Amino acid sequence: MSTPAREALEHNATPWLFGVAALTTAPHFLHQPYWLSAFASLVLLWGFRLWQRDLRLPGRWLMIPLVIVGCAGILFEFRTLLGRDAGVAMLVMFMAMKLLELKSRRDAMVVITLGYFLLLTHYFYSQSIFTGLWLLTATWLITAALVRLHGGPASRWRATLRYAAQLCLQALPFMLALYLLFPRISGPLWGLPQDALSAKTGLSEQMSPGSIANLVQSGEIAFRVHFDGPLPASDKLYWRGPVMEDFDGTTWRQATARSAPERVEARSPPITYQTTLEAHNQRWLLALDAPTTLPADTFLNSRMTVNARQPISQRQRFQLAASLDYRFNPQEAPAVLRRNLLLPSGLNPQSARLAATWREREKTPLAIIEQALRLFASRDFAYTLQAPLLGTDAIDDFLFRSQRGFCEHYAAAFVVLMRGAGIPARVVGGYQGGERNPLDGYLVVRQSDAHAWSEVWLEQQGWVRYDPTAVVAPARLESGLSNALPFAELPPALVRLRSDLMRNLRHRWEAINNAWNQQVLGYDPLRQRELLARLGWPDADWAKLAGALAVACAGLLAVVTAWTLYQRPEHDPALRLWHKALRHLHRRQVNCAPWETPRALARRLDSERPELAAAFDRVVEAYLQARYGKVPGDLKTLRERVAQLP
Amino acid sequence: MPGTKSAFSTAPHPLDAVLAQAGQIILGKPTEIRQAIACLLAGGHLLIEDLPGLGKTTLAHALARLLGLHFSRIQFTSDLLPADITGVSIFERDKSAFRFLPGPVFAQLVLADEINRATPKTQSALLEAMEEGQVTAEGQTRPLPTPFFVIATQNPAHQIGTFPLPESQLDRFLMRIELGYPDRAAERALLAAGGQGHHAERLSPLLDAADLPAMQDAVAGVHAAGPLIDYVQDLIEASRHTPAFQHGLSPRAGLALLAAGRAWAWLDGRSMVLPDDIQAVLPAVARHRLRAAQGGGYASREEIAALIRSVAIP
Repeated sequence: MSTPAREALEHNATPWLFGVAALTTAPHFLHQPYWLSAFASLVLLWGFRLWQRDLRLPGRWLMIPLVIVGCAGILFEFRTLLGRDAGVAMLVMFMAMKLLELKSRRDAMVVITLGYFLLLTHYFYSQSIFTGLWLLTATWLITAALVRLHGGPASRWRATLRYAAQLCLQALPFMLALYLLFPRISGPLWGLPQDALSAKTGLSEQMSPGSIANLVQSGEIAFRVHFDGPLPASDKLYWRGPVMEDFDGTTWRQATARSAPERVEARSPPITYQTTLEAHNQRWLLALDAPTTLPADTFLNSRMTVNARQPISQRQRFQLAASLDYRFNPQEAPAVLRRNLLLPSGLNPQSARLAATWREREKTPLAIIEQALRLFASRDFAYTLQAPLLGTDAIDDFLFRSQRGFCEHYAAAFVVLMRGAGIPARVVGGYQGGERNPLDGYLVVRQSDAHAWSEVWLEQQGWVRYDPTAVVAPARLESGLSNALPFAELPPALVRLRSDLMRNLRHRWEAINNAWNQQVLGYDPLRQRELLARLGWPDADWAKLAGALAVACAGLLAVVTAWTLYQRPEHDPALRLWHKALRHLHRRQVNCAPWETPRALARRLDSERPELAAAFDRVVEAYLQARYGKVPGDLKTLRERVAQLP
Repeated sequence: MPGTKSAFSTAPHPLDAVLAQAGQIILGKPTEIRQAIACLLAGGHLLIEDLPGLGKTTLAHALARLLGLHFSRIQFTSDLLPADITGVSIFERDKSAFRFLPGPVFAQLVLADEINRATPKTQSALLEAMEEGQVTAEGQTRPLPTPFFVIATQNPAHQIGTFPLPESQLDRFLMRIELGYPDRAAERALLAAGGQGHHAERLSPLLDAADLPAMQDAVAGVHAAGPLIDYVQDLIEASRHTPAFQHGLSPRAGLALLAAGRAWAWLDGRSMVLPDDIQAVLPAVARHRLRAAQGGGYASREEIAALIRSVAIP
């Protein structure tokens, strides 16, 4: 018998392999260099054409230069042949080129193996639902290709697909067992998906006119919040990011100096919530003002921002609590207060004069604040994303000339006026509000909810939040940005939301996505422990988990095996003894094709393995008599002869 | 043990002598001779298809002689009429009555030479006789002798002026074999002996009239176990699903396969059919019943081999 691996590949099985190659390489085209995608597609198309016309495959003289060119291209592009991106690029290239040398079943098996392996690499780049679905489908189809290769020319594609689906479904319990019980590690094993690492949008550590207005153009989700109790009123939802104290005339920067130990005094019962933060590569957690309980590995800095120890570079979930009514640092360090009174010298003279008059006229800081807010309310200020460009005296330009601006303009102008009037004040960046998804109850906070507001220090009260935007555009706080801006100015991401149908669809999609993130991707060690504890196993460490995994898989395997044995149409003891004899031969490197008759096998042994032939002849004779004879077979003889096989 | 027949008996087979003698007439074709005899033992008709001069007629003639059968030969031509086969009634003046003169079909072994040269009408007269074992001429039905075999020969159909048998008629033949060219050694022996036709004339019968029906009964009694019937079924099933053929094997083909397998097993001296027997007779039984999906001709040997390879032995 010829070795199956060397057997020529069946012509009609080849399209399945092209399917495997297309399925596994195509999604990589999304992030690969264009030339590589083009190269791989061309090679695949060429191979397919050769198959269609039944032409000769290219020889070594062409393949070797092709490989060299491909490797050189990858080396040039990535400066290495190793590592994640270059490695995946190499795999894609090899997959395409392997189809140019499909000659034997062995080549086909290489394609299949490579296909399964390439599937895994997709998770480096994305872990979305679509990726998951795509990969499940691809697994099914690759398995079908494998089934087809073994099925021979008689197999029909429908039956092949059905059989492959059956195999995949049989693997499902194992998949679930592995998923639930495999010891979880709280970090990624081989690096992160690309989409988590390169967070593009989000608040930055500094703010200049227009920076938030730019951010607001994006409809991307910044984080999702799930409140354990009822959702607080929208105008209470201030999610604190960086606090900016240093102003150079245009840009506000985060302060780095330390201040007095922070002291948050809760004045209302805390509300607890869970936030799932998208990766933003910054350390702040965007906690709700004011935080009372912090998750592990985070700390509250002196500006009341909750920070993680490491930048948040992958989607992460935190359990927090906040008190909406609070008092923060009534005893502030004098250095901090001095810092929060500084203004760039010589700039914005008009504002300085206005503030000075207030300072002289009014007796209390509260009255000054009142004056400033009234200024924003009374004058002809407009809330718009399309603020005109401002000059060197940006605040003066804004307050007295353009009078058109977005939240960062108002917050900055307000703080400058306060500082001018001798009240310590600073700008706080973060998000405001959010949209509740009615389907899963999560509050979705997007980049378009980015906001800047001001904080003023008052004696005995500590830092108090004032949001001038609320005066100019009250709708911004009550019902979100899309209702506060003129329609013509709305960023495209927000315009769509005015249509109820689209809004509904978007909610639905985001709820599904969120469920996927929370339940599937967010299945971390903590969740695993929770789940197992709920199942009555509170102290599962990784060693016990591994044990449980082994037991579960063995149990499943036993069930599947028992089922298969039960399903087997043949319970003939003679057949079982025959299979035993075949296994015996198999251990002696003699294989029997399913279609080979016992006597043909015996004849083959005569010539190939004479030392086994005589004993096996006797087995064959007894087996044929037992299985095909008219009188019920003599099993005893057969059993003895099988036992006597050398 | 005395009295019980082993499945693998080594005792001389009653037909061994027939096989041996026929082998001396048709040199180098033991498998084809065995197939032909198996076909007759299974009570089926045989179609031999090949180019002229390869010994088709000689084989038929030799078998008739050796098996002691009454032999007649019909040379099919384009102007052959049905009555030339079945016979005619002629008026006898002295008795003032019609008398039926039986045609050449009233023999135990009829050699229908070059059957595809005759018109379909004439062909169908013979095929009706094959199917029903009787001839209806001029309103009267007359039984044919038993056993009744037809060995038809046919030249490959791409010759001008021939009427190839349609599929429905092909199905009436239990087996179809090809003789092919003899190998070098056989041809050498043939040339050295100088012709073979008169050899067949000289053969003397090895069986008498009662032997063959008895053997046919024995063949019918060969045991086909459940797993073997499963195997036949699996093969038929596979032939219906593979894209290699236009359509699959019919239930009648399944019966034919089993009958031929029984005969093959009996010729081998066994009282049970084995998958080997089915595999051995499958090409002869199935090739003319299947149409290749590509080209539309008979299924090729390779396609039958692939069919065998696609079915596991249960």
